[in-house]
Amino acid sequence: MPVTLTRATLRRPLLALLVSGLLAGCDQAASEAPAVPAKAAAQKGGNLLIAIDTDPNCLDPQQAGNNNSLNIGRQLTDSLTDQDPQTGNIVPWLATQWQIDEGNRRFTFTLRDNVTFSDGTPFTSQSVKDNFNAIVKLGARASLASTYLKGLKQIDTPDAQTVVITFQQPNAQFLQATSTMSLGFFAPSTVAAPAEARCQGSLAGTGPFVLKQFVHNQKVDLVRRNGYQWPSSLAKHQGESYLDSVEYRVIPESGVRFGSLISRQLDVNVGVTPQDEALLLAKNIHLIARTNPGLVYSLFPNQSTPLMAEAPLRQALNLAIDRQALKPVLSRYQSAATSVLAKTTPLYQDLSADLGYNPQAAEKLLEENGWRRGADGIRSKNGQRLSFRISYWQSAPFIEVVQQQLHQVGIDLQLEKAPISQVVARQAGGKLPVDFYNLTRSDPDVLRTVFDAGGRNVNHRQPAEVDRLLLQSSETLEKAQRQDYVTQAAKQLIAEGNAIPLVELATVIATGQNVRGFHFDASSRFQLYDTWLTAKE
Amino acid sequence: MNHLLLATPKSRRRLPASLKRALQGIGVLWAAWSLTFFILYILPADPVTIMLNQGEQSTVDAAQVAALKAQYHLDLPVWQQYLLALWDLLHLNLGKSIISGDNVTDLIIQALPATLLLAVCALVVALIVGGGLAAGTSVLPSGRIKSMLLALPSLGAALPTFWSGLLLLQLFSFSHAWLPAMGNRGWQSLVLPTLTLAIPTAATLAQVMSRSLAEVWRRSFIDALRLKGAGTARLLWRHVLPNAAIPLLTLSGMVFGHLLAGAVITETIFSREGLGRLAEGAVSAQDIPLVQGVVLTAATVFVVVNFITDAIYPLLDPRLATGER
Repeated sequence: MPVTLTRATLRRPLLALLVSGLLAGCDQAASEAPAVPAKAAAQKGGNLLIAIDTDPNCLDPQQAGNNNSLNIGRQLTDSLTDQDPQTGNIVPWLATQWQIDEGNRRFTFTLRDNVTFSDGTPFTSQSVKDNFNAIVKLGARASLASTYLKGLKQIDTPDAQTVVITFQQPNAQFLQATSTMSLGFFAPSTVAAPAEARCQGSLAGTGPFVLKQFVHNQKVDLVRRNGYQWPSSLAKHQGESYLDSVEYRVIPESGVRFGSLISRQLDVNVGVTPQDEALLLAKNIHLIARTNPGLVYSLFPNQSTPLMAEAPLRQALNLAIDRQALKPVLSRYQSAATSVLAKTTPLYQDLSADLGYNPQAAEKLLEENGWRRGADGIRSKNGQRLSFRISYWQSAPFIEVVQQQLHQVGIDLQLEKAPISQVVARQAGGKLPVDFYNLTRSDPDVLRTVFDAGGRNVNHRQPAEVDRLLLQSSETLEKAQRQDYVTQAAKQLIAEGNAIPLVELATVIATGQNVRGFHFDASSRFQLYDTWLTAKE
Repeated sequence: MNHLLLATPKSRRRLPASLKRALQGIGVLWAAWSLTFFILYILPADPVTIMLNQGEQSTVDAAQVAALKAQYHLDLPVWQQYLLALWDLLHLNLGKSIISGDNVTDLIIQALPATLLLAVCALVVALIVGGGLAAGTSVLPSGRIKSMLLALPSLGAALPTFWSGLLLLQLFSFSHAWLPAMGNRGWQSLVLPTLTLAIPTAATLAQVMSRSLAEVWRRSFIDALRLKGAGTARLLWRHVLPNAAIPLLTLSGMVFGHLLAGAVITETIFSREGLGRLAEGAVSAQDIPLVQGVVLTAATVFVVVNFITDAIYPLLDPRLATGER
């Protein structure tokens, strides 16, 4: 039952904007947007206008860590491999095949022929070597890419189409990492350029689009790469991209992104707020959503604080939270966590049995460990109140429900919403009793990067059995075996109260009715190669 | 410099007024710049940590982070950082943005014209609307219409810029695609931001102007001129308005400051490039060199506008040109 967009129907959005908070509660009435009509022939041409919410700051995907930058960088360069968002399998892209030996330490890639950078120079095994060495040299500036290459020992180029990458330790995550834009490739001129110049757009990549202009706080213009013919094996077509050009507009105000999409001044809004969802659906705007793979929104207790050093208390936290009861305040695209990994992560397994709600058991654990209820219902022991604070910047209303649930068993959770810079500073200080965040990565190795006692060690804990499991999971690519290690590690992290999973984050994007072939990749980011526009009527 | 500033009134008289004003201006700029530095330094985060944790958590090696901080001298004691930055400033080098790596000077040169254009357009509209309203009401006989018009400026000043901007967008862009909702392209994209920014400014100007006009109308020379047969319109244009404009001029430096501050919100709503947006992003990322650059630029605009108003005074009132002020 498509609703035609007339001027009369467009007059309502402001009122709608003002009462959107009220409406969000009764969104059941809103009809789902119809699926994209049956397959029509893709058309070439057109300029795709995409709204992003913040300035991307740095366009170099090898350096960038924020989603907006990565979603731009993805269009400028290709990767050795691609990852199937459905299966999580790694498939060919610029590498036609690969071989992994010596216990996952040595990766040999055979490269595709006749690939060139947008400045005309050829893409060869030397390009892979130069790019990866440059990333290592960028160090902390390459915030994601440098972690993917940690422990890099040497890179050999026996011939122009073969590159052999050797690590000091077994490195199972590396294959998935080669599918990310963070390990995408750029021409020698880019590799030689200073980090700052690359951020500003001195970027000649192999990708289906070329950077034309970058104006801070305003826009990023891309144009089609002529002669492009090496899409990923997952691509739906061959040859050049359909779109003539892509324009990312920086629009910080969510109401303006909403209104501009409704009034067709925009084609895509990548920053849909949960409040806008029901209204967009009511306006027959197509919403696409995908759960972010990786670590779900969780609480991470810091065992270097006296309070959280107590294992029974951490376990009580897990027991006292009713994850199903969080649903009413979630976006329709988010869901309650069923493991410390989101369900879109490869090797995810449903561990909801380990995350059961049992407030009686939680209270019993607390009682046994000497936490007695005071007059105000909050427990205390030896004069210390069972109270702790979390600092966060995200839009996460469900955390208030968690606060009420914990209050019922006598735990006082203090919420402190602050600007991102202050939250980051407090977390970096390592003094907070509990951290709260999520982390997107389409590989289960995300567990090792965050929890490993010899690495980031988010819990500030002593080495334990789980570290062996995490290490083993990073050393094998044999699926069943790795599955076993990952699941065991996840179970232990939950059982010991090192992770208190809450909610799976989802990326929600709204597209105008003229946009076709807009898909998420395995990391819930997007690739515009297959995207096309119908003629505007 | 200290010697000059602390000089006795007698020796101060020897300094030409323009040089004195220039030194004061430099003092203002230095104070604004230094204050920004120390305020940002007191905040708990540093820009490198923020850059590496954009959006989600970073898993970067601690040693590498330390190396990057050292590159920006963030590992030095605060006074050393301050002196280094001051040394660069004396060489007219505003440094590089830590977050984007761009030259601060380039970023400001790119953003400033758009903001100045917006501010000047808004000032012109505000002068016409606010001044017109004040002049119009000043000649109206007392009554219901007059009191209604007199209440308008208070209403305009009370409207949040944010709200009026969204309302204008809804009326002129979302429901009827008459004007673009965003960007810096063409005069069309300037109309709604100008109106949004002009509303509170016009209200302030009208409030001051009304009071000033009422005061001039009451003066005895007006009565004398009226007795000589001068009409209301002639009196308003030739005698009342020029006299009433002097407090307005005094106010203009402040008004311009308001406009620059209002640009932060207006540019955010209308997704415009400009100094306000640059400042907003820089502050939230605690990009110290960039924030200092923006503050210095805004302070410079402020000082220059005050210079210009000082120069205009004597043109409006020749009495101010003679003798010491």
